[in-house]
Amino acid sequence: MSELALASGGAGVPRPTRPSRRHKEITTEPRGVRIALIGTVLALISVLLFAPLLAVFGEALRQGWAASVEALASPDACSAIRLTLIVAAIAVPLNAVFGIAAAWSITKFDFPGKTFLVTLIDLPFSVSPVVAGLALVLLFGANSTFGAWLVAHDMKIVFAFPGIVLASMFVTFPFVARELIPVMIEQGSSEEEAALSLGASGWRSFLTVTLPNIRWALLYGVLLSTARAMGEFGAVAVVSGKIRGVTTTMPIMIEILYNEYLSVAAFSLAGVLALLALVTLALKSLLEWRHADLLAATRRH
Amino acid sequence: MHIDIEELAKEFGTERALHPVSLSIPSGALIALLGPSGSGKTTLLRILGGLEFPTSGRVLFDGQDATGLTVQERRAGFVFQHYALFRHMTVFENVAYGLRARKRRERPTEAEIGRRVNRLLDLIQLPDIGGRYPNQLSGGQRQRVALARALAIEPRMLLLDEPFGALDAKVRKELRQGLREIHDRTGITSVFVTHDQEEAMELADLVVVMSMGRIEQAGKPAEIRAKPATAFVRDFIAA
Repeated sequence: MSELALASGGAGVPRPTRPSRRHKEITTEPRGVRIALIGTVLALISVLLFAPLLAVFGEALRQGWAASVEALASPDACSAIRLTLIVAAIAVPLNAVFGIAAAWSITKFDFPGKTFLVTLIDLPFSVSPVVAGLALVLLFGANSTFGAWLVAHDMKIVFAFPGIVLASMFVTFPFVARELIPVMIEQGSSEEEAALSLGASGWRSFLTVTLPNIRWALLYGVLLSTARAMGEFGAVAVVSGKIRGVTTTMPIMIEILYNEYLSVAAFSLAGVLALLALVTLALKSLLEWRHADLLAATRRH
Repeated sequence: MHIDIEELAKEFGTERALHPVSLSIPSGALIALLGPSGSGKTTLLRILGGLEFPTSGRVLFDGQDATGLTVQERRAGFVFQHYALFRHMTVFENVAYGLRARKRRERPTEAEIGRRVNRLLDLIQLPDIGGRYPNQLSGGQRQRVALARALAIEPRMLLLDEPFGALDAKVRKELRQGLREIHDRTGITSVFVTHDQEEAMELADLVVVMSMGRIEQAGKPAEIRAKPATAFVRDFIAA
């Protein structure tokens, strides 16, 4: 889009000595068609994106701010918010590290079983989160040999905090790697080779060359997986056992409140969850805007 | 530093990139590896630089076996085909990279790094571009910055992969002269890869003509022109 804007804006484009006021449009479609197309897109965006968001906030504030704040101050809501943030704070950094390692090995090296690994990384995208949750229960639950051993040694995974972290990690696993792989393929490995030939160790070349080159893709992947980790319902619902105030993350607490017809509480919490997601997106835009010059300087070689 | 290549071979899976080849490169020479694509010239260059390792054979630097040396230990100044400048660093930081990567004991002081980088930017006749980013440079400028970056580590040899490949004809001619001058001034043994026979003949002290992973002929440009050893060499230099 930026390229198109540049071309029509004529920043670097040679033009006749005196630019005429009525320069020709590059689009040939009649006005009516353009308006109809733009209108359709805007209508779709409002119905699909804006309206639901507004509805959530509207419902949350139906009985005023005070009721909403009071609902959020309840111990259950507070513990749900805390649990969700802690889970995201553990799952996302771990996944960022795994994602970088996976993308690095896939793009910079050739080894047997590479295609299989790529497919495996995509698995959480295609497997239903509920199935993932059930798999974790089967694997670590008290009915399996391993699970029984864990319980005997006082390590509870299913229906407890570790299970929620595992489930969140499972569903967000592909995000970072998926963002990084195309970027790293496009960049190739000659900059790393140059760093090595200049005497840098592999670790140093990773820190000073690879990481700066992938930082925007990495940031985007991290933000996406943060939003997803906070919002995950299916897998967490199965492994958490929904123990109120103990293993209820925000999405699960919202469901419980909604089922109890506490709609102000449910929607207030939903509003907070939506706000958290919006904040992550705003953070990304802010960073991009702050570093726009550097971004422009480094995107194209 | 003189380089001896003894019966060097390289296979990628079942593919033979290099048949056993032997070559002696005298100290301080400027050598061209000339051949069409797929002739094994880049593979040979990368083996010299330690970016690939041979299936069999040996490489000797000044008579010492260097076959197993890592890429860092070789101290080869490598100029990549598309320069591989670090796009998120300024020209100054690019050139300083090799000095900063040294172990603390051997690392020059910040002031000394600054002096050396500026001296190199003078050498490539681009004294004022230290603060720019690679994407703000022309192709010819990038190539010279890549050369300065490679020279910054005080390399024992200079390895250049198609150093003029991505440039237009006029800039190419100027930079050819520039490389020759820098080579003569520093006296570093230099090997460059090219598919352009005119470039090889004009610039190099010794030309090594390669085809299908074999060395067809190695000699002074005049010798090769006067007495092509094989039909391939005759056809290739006539083209």
